[in-house]
Amino acid sequence: MFDSSTTADRQDTFNYKVVRQFAVMTVVWGIVGMAVGVLIAAQLIWPQLNFDIPWLSYGRLRPLHTNAVIFAFGGSGLFATSYYVVQRTCQARLFSDKLAAFTFWGWQAVIVAAAITLPLGYTSSKEYAELEWPIDILITLVWVAYAVVFFGTIVRRRARHIYVANWFFGSYILTIAILHIFNNIELPVSLWKSYSAYAGVQDAMVQWWYGHNAVGFFLTTSFLGMMYYFVPKQAGRPIYSYRLSIVHFWALAFTYMWAGPHHLLYTSLPDWTQSLGMTFSLILLAPSWGGMINGIMTLQGAWHRLRTDPILKFMVTALSFYGMSTFEGSMMSIRTVNALSHYTDWTVGHVHSGALGWVAMITFGSLYYLIPRLYGRTTMYSVKAMELHFWVATIGVVLYIASMWIAGVQQGLMWRDTAADGTLVYSFVEELKTRMPYYLIRFTGGAMYLSGVFIMAWNVWMTLRGQRAVDPVIPPAEPPARTAAIATPAIA
Amino acid sequence: MTILYLLLPLSLLFVLAIALALGWAVFSGQFDDTEEAGSSILRDSDT
Repeated sequence: MFDSSTTADRQDTFNYKVVRQFAVMTVVWGIVGMAVGVLIAAQLIWPQLNFDIPWLSYGRLRPLHTNAVIFAFGGSGLFATSYYVVQRTCQARLFSDKLAAFTFWGWQAVIVAAAITLPLGYTSSKEYAELEWPIDILITLVWVAYAVVFFGTIVRRRARHIYVANWFFGSYILTIAILHIFNNIELPVSLWKSYSAYAGVQDAMVQWWYGHNAVGFFLTTSFLGMMYYFVPKQAGRPIYSYRLSIVHFWALAFTYMWAGPHHLLYTSLPDWTQSLGMTFSLILLAPSWGGMINGIMTLQGAWHRLRTDPILKFMVTALSFYGMSTFEGSMMSIRTVNALSHYTDWTVGHVHSGALGWVAMITFGSLYYLIPRLYGRTTMYSVKAMELHFWVATIGVVLYIASMWIAGVQQGLMWRDTAADGTLVYSFVEELKTRMPYYLIRFTGGAMYLSGVFIMAWNVWMTLRGQRAVDPVIPPAEPPARTAAIATPAIA
Repeated sequence: MTILYLLLPLSLLFVLAIALALGWAVFSGQFDDTEEAGSSILRDSDT
């Protein structure tokens, strides 16, 4: 009687192959992206490190750093975890193995193309969307395939309920598709040169509508999906409040789209649009902190495990940074605060408290949970190495953001310091010279953070060395709770 | 700010899509048993 079901559905194992590929590449791209970051941080102290080679100049390596960290490291981590989470929570194999493989190879091709074209100087000059039009088209194709694989898996799920993490992943996939397409409408004039379809402040508005939502959906919503699955799994207890997680999701989805104009305060953007962006940025604080509290409170009753479990340490620290940087972001969107902070290193510090503190930390924690399971193990090779990674990374972030806060506030204050006769008290270069010690501290923090990823790479290598890749069988569907309740009294 | 004629409808369409998804989720009973939904991932042994 089981024959019909097995022939009808031959796909009785999970597709872990694509998860493994993306998980390993996350670590590789983490090293590449952060190493470029450390190099350009060093260039700001020692300009000789440009070596008078245009390909290695700061202006070309900086977009390479941001693209490598956000889309190569963060993106691969998201592909890996979303493919894992959607399969486990839906109890179904990925919709299409071929399309899933295409997303892997396509995404790697995008990254390699970026790593070649950006140092060569091919750029559309839009921040976080620098890649030229042929690569943009490839991104679109990969992303559509991603959406088909992800939502296709949800459609053929065997569990009735769609777990909350999938809502977060799903909204991120849809939103990034819309944002990417509309921000990159451009007119090609040659193979590697195009012009944006919009001009002036119109272009700026589209760009920051994209830019802010790239932060909102690519670097926040999606990683919250990761958080809602891996934190409860690692803690061994359900999320503190499942209701709150639902409210968290819908509140974020309804409000995030409208905060973009806060990147354009005091520009030629109409005043009301600036105020709208600022207001929504402040509103966003509520769902953000709701989610942060929800994640942290999941550990209620298991706090003692923080002493011995480096994975939980990573996750709780990530959530703390999430709470801190969302608070900071809302504050920085207030006009008067922005007047001081904008264009200074404070913004750089804010971004890195989000990227290193929240995004990368939750990714490390999740990968440490995920990678051994992809190779038939229960834990990583070395718990001590994870512990060391955690401390090196945490001290690195703190050095990074604290130095950038001080440098940024000092910059803002010195720039706007005017004498009684209305002239500026400090010239730009006078202010620039005062930044050197902070740049050294930032470089040290960044180098520490990078060394942590090297420790991780070693640990991952030792974990999967000599192990066989496993593709576990999908467990048989659970009987509905009601039938089980009827069945038991007969025995009792 | 002619660009808002593109961005506002686009964002409003997005809101509409979210509202429809929320409506479907609520009325199809996705959120009826949140206790059970929260603990469901823990019953799935992936080790």
